[in-house]
Amino acid sequence: MKAFVMRRIILGSAAVVAAVMGTSSAFAATDVKHPRPVVGSWEGPLGRFDQAQLQRGFQIYKEVCSSCHSMNLLHYRNLGDEHAPFFDPKYPNPNDNPVIKAIAAQYTVNAVDPDGNSEERPGLPSDKFIAPFENRAQGQAANGGAYPPDLSVMIKARANGHDYVYSLMTGYNQPLPKGKIVSEGKYYNPYMPGGVIAMGEQLADGRVEYAETEANKGIKNTEEQMSKDVVAFLAWASDPHQTARKSTGLGVMAFLLILATFLWFSYKSVWRNVEH
Amino acid sequence: MSGPSTYVPKSGFEKWLDTRLPVVRFMNDTLVDFPTPKNLNYWYTFGGILAICLVLQIVTGIILAMHYVPHVDHAFNSVERIMRDVNGGWLIRYMHSNGASMFFLAVYIHIFRGLYYGSYKAPREILWGLGVIIFLLMIITAFMGYVLPWGQMSLWGATVITNIVGAVPFIGESIKIWLLGGPSVDNATLNRFFSLHYLLPFVIAGVVILHIWALHVPGNNNPTGVEVQDVKKETLPFHPYYTVKDAFAICVFMMIFAGFVFYGPNTLGHPDNYIPANNQVTPSHIVPEWYLLPFYAILRAITFDVLIIDAKFGGVIAMAGAILILFALPWLDSSKIKSMRYRPVARMWWFAFVINFLVLAVCGAMPAEPPWTAISLISTIYYFAYFLVVLPVLGVIEKPLTPPASIADSIFKSSAHGKQVSVSPVAVAAE
Repeated sequence: MKAFVMRRIILGSAAVVAAVMGTSSAFAATDVKHPRPVVGSWEGPLGRFDQAQLQRGFQIYKEVCSSCHSMNLLHYRNLGDEHAPFFDPKYPNPNDNPVIKAIAAQYTVNAVDPDGNSEERPGLPSDKFIAPFENRAQGQAANGGAYPPDLSVMIKARANGHDYVYSLMTGYNQPLPKGKIVSEGKYYNPYMPGGVIAMGEQLADGRVEYAETEANKGIKNTEEQMSKDVVAFLAWASDPHQTARKSTGLGVMAFLLILATFLWFSYKSVWRNVEH
Repeated sequence: MSGPSTYVPKSGFEKWLDTRLPVVRFMNDTLVDFPTPKNLNYWYTFGGILAICLVLQIVTGIILAMHYVPHVDHAFNSVERIMRDVNGGWLIRYMHSNGASMFFLAVYIHIFRGLYYGSYKAPREILWGLGVIIFLLMIITAFMGYVLPWGQMSLWGATVITNIVGAVPFIGESIKIWLLGGPSVDNATLNRFFSLHYLLPFVIAGVVILHIWALHVPGNNNPTGVEVQDVKKETLPFHPYYTVKDAFAICVFMMIFAGFVFYGPNTLGHPDNYIPANNQVTPSHIVPEWYLLPFYAILRAITFDVLIIDAKFGGVIAMAGAILILFALPWLDSSKIKSMRYRPVARMWWFAFVINFLVLAVCGAMPAEPPWTAISLISTIYYFAYFLVVLPVLGVIEKPLTPPASIADSIFKSSAHGKQVSVSPVAVAAE
């Protein structure tokens, strides 16, 4: 009886899950092209970020994306946190990290001096990422009415976030389907819901010049590679503690498994003389 | 099962306390010596699991409230700040958001277990009714909690659900404005939802105490549905027998919980809720959290007017009715036999009910267009028919099996049965 109940429930839920997944992807297909899958080194329970890739991704954000897209939830200091693109074990406090200080200092921040006058000073690690536009209206005006979304949590804010951003970046220059009208100043991209996007192709081959370091050996600045790199950076930015989360999880799981084993044997021992 | 207390105060202090405030006696009688049927299976561990869920939600929630800012301009960013800059904040927040899902997963299993073993029948009608109140409070609390991160689904989910109130004829619109604190979901709404989201879990905790009290008067039901007759032979003290069994089940449940928190913290959420709320942009597809999908499907299943009731209000009546009907269940089920173990026909209808509920969940996630509208309607009809037709009629016409005369009898039979299998399979076939 027990086994029967269990089997029925498992079969039933499996059927429903299959039905949901099948239909939801079918539904998505009618609206927008399903993104091309990309597998990042950081995915999966044991996946970890490749620091060199994160640095390349930040370089792309800085040199390309940041001219239109803000990342308001990030501070320069975040770049030097543990598991972050410029983490250096010598500087557990990222505010001391000279690389972070140098990155922040490249920006100019509007501030108030001790006398109450507005001043411009170089950025500090504690400053937020400088946004390209003062406000939403300015962003819209500069981009033909379309506001470039903030990228801080972009990977979490889209279904299959990694695949989506990667597909979108590499999804330009495709033949226009019959009857599709793309107005002046807009572009066709099948991975964008509706197929029309205000952003043109950004990561054409060679757009960014990667530094010639040991870690970047053999890495070509192709559209494919740059898209993967920027996805890695955005994935880190969307959930910066994910590496810590996954390694903590490993310990928690091991602890619970051992505890469950002990509890199981305690249960068996307590109940050994009970007929039930 | 309430009975004469078996507590004997040992130390002088315990004796002194016992004649003034017998709190140790109370704890002893409810958590230590409480006689519990011997034959409870793992489906009966979900009560304990739910208690842990409630405590975890309250503890993580109180910590989150220390850092959260209930203002439309800051709510979204304050939640992200918790996950980025607060020490261990990501863990607390992911525990709380996934904890809600785990809470509902456990409560659904708990409710379906009650439906299967007839735990709602006399003398447990009050116990069941209190459980339905807890479920209702959980839905309201979870719904308000989902609004707090102030993402797109927060805003638009709240808009859709509060529009429900507006569907009530004549007075609906004014009640809606009163509840929202304005013409639409905005800062005033967020503030009061935060306030109520903090309040309601403590109301739930209060009703849980009543729920446990109502459980401890008639005692646990059990898989046979036959009441305890001989406390000595058929029950065991709650501690250590069920504390250790519940602890094991809780630990296994925690592993599933941890699996979500550490390896898929956003799997059960909707990506749109990581887009800050924007009242100028409506998401293409507004859906509630997964645990409310079946009721959302029932809300949308009514697409036609019935006499003076328009489709919108009809949906509201159906959705509210889907939960309220549970209160009447003890009087709707006409069967004298509690457990579906001995009701082979009713059991089939029960399985169909569970599958139907899952189908409703799928319908709730799908856009309101054919064929989903038709499937939703059929499933909604079955949902109500199960309570209003199947259970009242089956009790009269079905031919149930004979339940064991007592719990002791069933335990004796099943162990004898086990022995027979190993000795002579022929004897079993003949049985």
